[in-house]
Amino acid sequence: MPRTRTPVVTGWFTGDGADFTLLGTRCSACASVFFPREDGHCRNPGCDGGDLAEIPLSRRGRIWSYTDSRYRPPSPYVTDPELPWEPCTLIAVELAAERIVVLGQAVPGVTVADLTVGAEVEVVPGVLHEDGETVFTTWRWRPTGVAA
Amino acid sequence: MTAEVAVLGAGMHPWGKWGRSFVEYGVAAARAALADAGLEWREVGSVVGADTVRGGYPGYVAGATFAKALGWQGARVASVYAACASGAQAVAAARAQILAGLADVVLVVGADAAPKGFFRPAGGDRPDDPDWLRFRVLGATNPTYFGLYARRRMAVHGDTPEDFAEVKVKNSAMGALNPHARYRKRVTADEVAASAVVADPLRLLDICATSDGGAALVLSSMEFARRRGVAAPVRIRAVSTVTPTYPNTVLDLPDIATDSAAVVEPAERTFRASIAHAAYQEAGIGPEDLSLAEVYDLSTALELQWYEDLGLCGEGEGAKLLREGATAPGGRIPVNMSGGLASFGEAVPAQAIAQVCELTWQLRGDAGPRQVEHARVGITANQGLFGHGSAVVAVR
Repeated sequence: MPRTRTPVVTGWFTGDGADFTLLGTRCSACASVFFPREDGHCRNPGCDGGDLAEIPLSRRGRIWSYTDSRYRPPSPYVTDPELPWEPCTLIAVELAAERIVVLGQAVPGVTVADLTVGAEVEVVPGVLHEDGETVFTTWRWRPTGVAA
Repeated sequence: MTAEVAVLGAGMHPWGKWGRSFVEYGVAAARAALADAGLEWREVGSVVGADTVRGGYPGYVAGATFAKALGWQGARVASVYAACASGAQAVAAARAQILAGLADVVLVVGADAAPKGFFRPAGGDRPDDPDWLRFRVLGATNPTYFGLYARRRMAVHGDTPEDFAEVKVKNSAMGALNPHARYRKRVTADEVAASAVVADPLRLLDICATSDGGAALVLSSMEFARRRGVAAPVRIRAVSTVTPTYPNTVLDLPDIATDSAAVVEPAERTFRASIAHAAYQEAGIGPEDLSLAEVYDLSTALELQWYEDLGLCGEGEGAKLLREGATAPGGRIPVNMSGGLASFGEAVPAQAIAQVCELTWQLRGDAGPRQVEHARVGITANQGLFGHGSAVVAVR
């Protein structure tokens, strides 16, 4: 039986391959952008509030900073306790058009040694974890010019 | 300028991993603070507790818990929660009650019994909680955020891991002199460099532990202090509990993204800098007036960031200030003479209160081998999860 593909969070990203993007929202009154998405009210204190429409975020940005988790994070992060922990790289990425910094995991195999602040990365689809029935999908940052 | 309140007493339960209830630590600290003030528990008109979220139901109602353990005597009670800033909010609530004439004497208490290992969010499936989300989606523990800040400083300001290690060397030397500290051993730069990487570029000895501990203050009106014959008490001159200004453009715990600055230009000051600025404004002083500072060194690199956010030096000059010895004992502006979180480990609701205890002892000249000579003005600074500013200015 094919397993269900489920986003780890609903409505934060869309697409499968080259059209994969993070999804935010934009206020129709002041044009402020929000990620994670705001669907209730615009958070700009100078805005009377408009409708919040879903928008794709820029697919590419530059590394603001990066680090890694050398030790297994606690739940609700899901890991297999039977397997040794492999360090996971985290990248904070500045998107120029939105002037926002978005944190994400790097694609598997990318370590801190591969990264520099200011280098370009792009957002790609990824798998956070999977079990017998469900594949939980997420977003990942990948240095541009590196094959998946 | 806001009117002042007096600090009549300060007390702590030593930090450690004692494996007992937070109530015990809080009561021990409260009794020590009352003894230090020379007051009976029955003379306290109000108790303000800084909440722990561990070891009980959510937002453990600390004020009443401590009041009951000390023996119900009918005092007014309040409890506050603001993560790492809970202690400063407890001080702020106590001060407001005193200045409003609601109470002459207020006991402020914070205590925690921390779990082993990484802090983690409360249980359950809570996709609308940003603190739950960052663990669920990214596995982003607190140290990974500290790692991001540290790497950013290295890239932008040229800080090095050796600079970070020197913060630990400085603070551990002070912790060795502090009977309330958990870690009483001096640490060398080589030992920091030999410790395991936790969140690149930070190593185990760059990152503060999580601890058990308790701290308490007895605050009163200036009039009450005079009536009791305390002519020149330590006074609290400012308490900053500000929130960020939109757009907040520094990635803060527990967020997955910053605010967007595409439409609204960021404020002149970052959130952390605005915390100190509000305290300076309220106290009518500037960084040049300080004798000492206690800052929240969750990581060694973050202490350097605080130097800049407090205006002790210009942006990017934190490591230089450290290397010059300005923030060491005998320097121009000694920082974390208590030993800091590096020597204590974090006991969340107690920590901001413990910072004020250290200022109190320093300003009274009671800090023993840690004493900063001629200390007249001190500031504490800290930042709580979810946008809680925390800074206290005390003078004598």
